[in-house]
Amino acid sequence: MAEFLIKNGFVFDPILGIKGDVADIAIKDGKIVETSAVTKPKIIDAAGKTVMAGGVDIHAHVAGPKVNIGRNFRPEDKLFNCTPGHGIERMQGGFSVPTTIRTGYNYARMGYTTVMEAAMPPLYARHTHEEMRDTPILDQGAYPVFGNNWFVLEYLKNHEIENTAAYIAWLLRATKGYAVKVVNPGGTEAWAWGLNCDNVHDPVPYFDITPAQIIKGLIEANEYLGLPHSMHMHANNLGNPGNYTTTLDSFKLSEGIKPNSKFGRDQVMHHTHVQFHSYGGDSWANVESKAKEIMGYVNSHDNITIDMGQVTLDETTTMTADGPFEHHLTELNHLKWANADVELETGSGVVPYIYSPNIKVCAIQWCIGLELALLAKDPMRVFMTTDHPNAGPFIRYPRIMKWLMSQEAREQQIDAFKYKDKVIDATNLAGIDRELDLYEIAQMTRAGPAKSLGLAHMYGGLAPGLEADVAVFDFNPNESYVPDDIENAFSNARHLFKAGVQIISDHEIVSNGNKRTLWVNARVNENPQVMRDVKEKFLRYYTVTLNNYEVSGHYLPNPYVIEVDATQ
Amino acid sequence: METVTLTIKNQPGLFLEADSITPDAFAGKKAEEIVDLPVYVGRDEHRLGDFFEVSGRAGATPAETKIVVNGDLSRVKYIGMKMTGGEVVANGNADMYVGAWMQGGKITVNGNVDAFAGTGMKGGEILINGNAGNYLGAAYRGDWRGMAGGKIIVKGNAGSDLGTFMNGGEIIVGGDVDVHVATHAEGGKIVIKGNAKRRLGGQMVEGEIYVFGDIELMMPGFAYRKDVDIEVDGTKGLFALYEGDLGERHRKRKGQMIYGKLYQRIRA
Repeated sequence: MAEFLIKNGFVFDPILGIKGDVADIAIKDGKIVETSAVTKPKIIDAAGKTVMAGGVDIHAHVAGPKVNIGRNFRPEDKLFNCTPGHGIERMQGGFSVPTTIRTGYNYARMGYTTVMEAAMPPLYARHTHEEMRDTPILDQGAYPVFGNNWFVLEYLKNHEIENTAAYIAWLLRATKGYAVKVVNPGGTEAWAWGLNCDNVHDPVPYFDITPAQIIKGLIEANEYLGLPHSMHMHANNLGNPGNYTTTLDSFKLSEGIKPNSKFGRDQVMHHTHVQFHSYGGDSWANVESKAKEIMGYVNSHDNITIDMGQVTLDETTTMTADGPFEHHLTELNHLKWANADVELETGSGVVPYIYSPNIKVCAIQWCIGLELALLAKDPMRVFMTTDHPNAGPFIRYPRIMKWLMSQEAREQQIDAFKYKDKVIDATNLAGIDRELDLYEIAQMTRAGPAKSLGLAHMYGGLAPGLEADVAVFDFNPNESYVPDDIENAFSNARHLFKAGVQIISDHEIVSNGNKRTLWVNARVNENPQVMRDVKEKFLRYYTVTLNNYEVSGHYLPNPYVIEVDATQ
Repeated sequence: METVTLTIKNQPGLFLEADSITPDAFAGKKAEEIVDLPVYVGRDEHRLGDFFEVSGRAGATPAETKIVVNGDLSRVKYIGMKMTGGEVVANGNADMYVGAWMQGGKITVNGNVDAFAGTGMKGGEILINGNAGNYLGAAYRGDWRGMAGGKIIVKGNAGSDLGTFMNGGEIIVGGDVDVHVATHAEGGKIVIKGNAKRRLGGQMVEGEIYVFGDIELMMPGFAYRKDVDIEVDGTKGLFALYEGDLGERHRKRKGQMIYGKLYQRIRA
């Protein structure tokens, strides 16, 4: 493979500890190597430019059935924004629910090279993998959802951690999944009965288990297996005023559990899109930010990582396995609603949403997301996301960088809010003068999420031995700039390398890369009870047989298997 | 006001997508520049001059520009799309999306138009001296933002799905209409001077429908309230007022529920 030497760039890399110093980065055989290890490299002049590792998105909804429902029921999302193919680029379309092709290209343009699909319904894992296969460039993995799964509910009711772990290992293998995702634990199953679980002690109908038992049990099972990533959590009571107490109650369930993983992570719970879970007040009239309380907890507890779920003030498409929440949302905004029940496993809903700067609640949500990041003591544990597309499309990450890096940019936005004074009263943001630097941004978008995923041995840094995922941006941190320069530069990488292949050259996409799909193969002791339960449930309840369930072969043309040995 | 005259000389093999036939695209241009504006047949880009003879010149601004299009335009789509001012006169039948997303100015069609005329229209006026197709003044597929302002007048008949998701503005149909009128509407006014068929005001939240002739079948979600003497588009008469769609959500104003209103003329 070609050798490259990226010379004289301002490097920001938390792994090497380089904070904007000029350094050279060498690439050989798909990996980053010492500069002395390349003999006849192609020279990439990065003088006056910013060099970072490829971005890692720990949580985005970019592939699978509910994303496709969004695409299908929102033809207006593609109105006036389709582009024909040119060069090696194929036809693209869509804004909040872009085509798979546009998804791959737009992440690449932002310098991102690894993106995790945040919620895969196991029954539709094949569809999810088909879409990931069609998404160029990016390395991807998908998190199957476990928090409303009948097997899990039945095992954890009796606190059967070993059986739960054996089932998780079986399902990860069957669906080629990457991590244990939990969405509104128990609440989505309750939704099948027209109900919800509003707090961690609200029992699930029929199963008579509480969300707290599900959360704690899945953390324990995750650590029993020693998976690369921790349990990945979307708590109960999302999006409701006063829900921060539920969030703190959920956080506390991780206390006392030590990480058991050979993959270098320190957390046992990753809580996603925390912005949606940090509301005070008891109605939309008096909703207020509780980001201080949330970050007070996160900052003082090392075994938790979170991501933002930043509202971007766009028209977007919300989609989640939290079925009851989507019904709640369509009752609020009266826009179209899709709902699905996924047999024994999960459910989902989809509703378009407009986060308007003229609506007080949307502006408060915008403030809360930024507060979470700006109040973070350790940027290695607080990651940038929009919960794409729920709080906004991922293409706004550079705009979020601008807001995080510039108080001036934040003030401009606050001044533009229709209910500016009420928003300031309900939030802390106006009183925060912190401006993140690119090193902290690299922690929040690269090194941090890679470590939390248990993938620090591959992604998130520029140390020799890591994957050669490198982005070069037209941004000189030592020259004066206006806030919009940040957004412009990081929206449009000058060069991008993925596993040593040059994907973008002078802003042009020149390769579709060699996309890989990551999955975790956890080996456990033989567990006849779980295998018998699987057979029985498929015979009695599933609409498909086991033979039509497993994801194999052509669904993953380029798999990357992470082996975990949990036999003992 | 300056005038540009287009006369179709070559009919497209398929359909011509000509969203460049607007005062906004023409403004400030001479005929020899206008012939170079892009139009599309399928995925192939062509010049406007490949299909039309162009004469005259445009005004400095859209508001000072009048476009006259002559010939059979039944394979020409998007005439006057997104225009903000000025005037377009089409002397012939036009294809789909005439005046779609229009914001201002006036379009006159001396012939019939196909579907989706005035889709997502925000302002201005469309006068159709023939018949209109389906989805007149409706929303784009999937969208909930239909016609929000402006006025559409059809001298002849209109097709089905008239004013779907209409939120404002006015549509006046001189003749008859097909099924589905003001479905999902949350505002606006539709006047049907001829007869209507079925499904008027399905899932209607707010807005007004006036029917001078017969209604083949009333939606079950509409309830008769009272008879009222009113004047509609210059015509006085006694109308029966129905309110609905009772199955939908409705907002309150001063404690009173606001319903969609359907008036049917009892006598002139």
